[in-house]
Amino acid sequence: MSLYQLQKFLYEINRDPRAQQDYRADLPRLLEHYELTHEERSALAAGDIGLLYVLGANGQLLMHYAAFLGMSWPAYIQAMRDGVARHGPVRAGVYAMTTQMGEKVAGV
Amino acid sequence: MSLVFAGICSHAPGITGRAGMADPALREPFYAAYHRLRDQLRAARPEALIVVAAEHFANFFMNNMPSFAIGMADRYSGPIEDPAWLAIPRTNIPGAAALSRELIREIMQTVDVAFAEEWKFDHGIMVPLSFLTPAYDLPIVPVNINCQGPPLTPLHRAWAFGEALRRAADLVPQRIALIGTGGISHWPATPDSGKINEAWDRQLLDRWVRNDKAALLSYSDLDTYREAGQGGFEIRTFISVAAAARGRGHLHHYAPIPIFAVGCTIASMDVAA
Repeated sequence: MSLYQLQKFLYEINRDPRAQQDYRADLPRLLEHYELTHEERSALAAGDIGLLYVLGANGQLLMHYAAFLGMSWPAYIQAMRDGVARHGPVRAGVYAMTTQMGEKVAGV
Repeated sequence: MSLVFAGICSHAPGITGRAGMADPALREPFYAAYHRLRDQLRAARPEALIVVAAEHFANFFMNNMPSFAIGMADRYSGPIEDPAWLAIPRTNIPGAAALSRELIREIMQTVDVAFAEEWKFDHGIMVPLSFLTPAYDLPIVPVNINCQGPPLTPLHRAWAFGEALRRAADLVPQRIALIGTGGISHWPATPDSGKINEAWDRQLLDRWVRNDKAALLSYSDLDTYREAGQGGFEIRTFISVAAAARGRGHLHHYAPIPIFAVGCTIASMDVAA
């Protein structure tokens, strides 16, 4: 259930300018509206793309969220690799990493 | 009037957003093919364009996920993404609510669809429109097939949906164009981004060009996931266009462009009786 809530948060942030305003005004308060584990809440509070990726957040939701955070493409890709290096393989969903850690198929 | 044009194209956000990171020798022939598709589309003199897309949680989420959805508004907006990231300015896009209503009524005779009086476009529609109708002067009827949140629409239902689209397009008085947008094999939004299974793509495109229904519907999601990544689920959009057009396809362009994260594809299909 909580992965669903985590993804719902990303869905709403990605598409709703009012949610984006709330995010910038008071993120901890906004997060109170979602039933999240401590790990999920911490990852969102820190904008930790690598951990969110490992937790199983849908890649499309996460990609748009990284864009919202203003991350460059190489930084976003590297953050996911770093997340796997730090926390282990992706735990849920269909966006698992299948390449090797140093295998930069698109050069980034 | 009838369906007057059918085609397919790639929509990956890198196509516009990471243009500067691509090798011009790969990028420019792809852009040129996209522009030729624009000219071909315009020459068919459509009065509306149906875009069958595989959206990425801009409007539909796992709280209430339709297999098929059709927009029914006079105005849409997009992109939802950071415009600088996508390199497409945020804008309004004209719709055609009355036309949508007529199409939906007919499609519902055989396929259950959700309708939506508001719809925010993401890169799945904005990237194609930025090439095909850059002035946003052609009314759009957005269509979504769930290619993102499993359980996914079975391929044979995507085919049935394409047949229903065709029947509906032939019943309304307007000249209707149809574009399907999606990736073939790709692993987007992962560290694998840029991985492309060209052999798998070419087999899919060969089946599409021949409009070989049995071969197009023979993929299982498990095999597609293993060989073509989660991005491969978007073949549903191409399949629905083949079912609607019924004709032979013409592959204008195919080339893997890793920084765009997809085998960049442009094709059209004859609209057969």
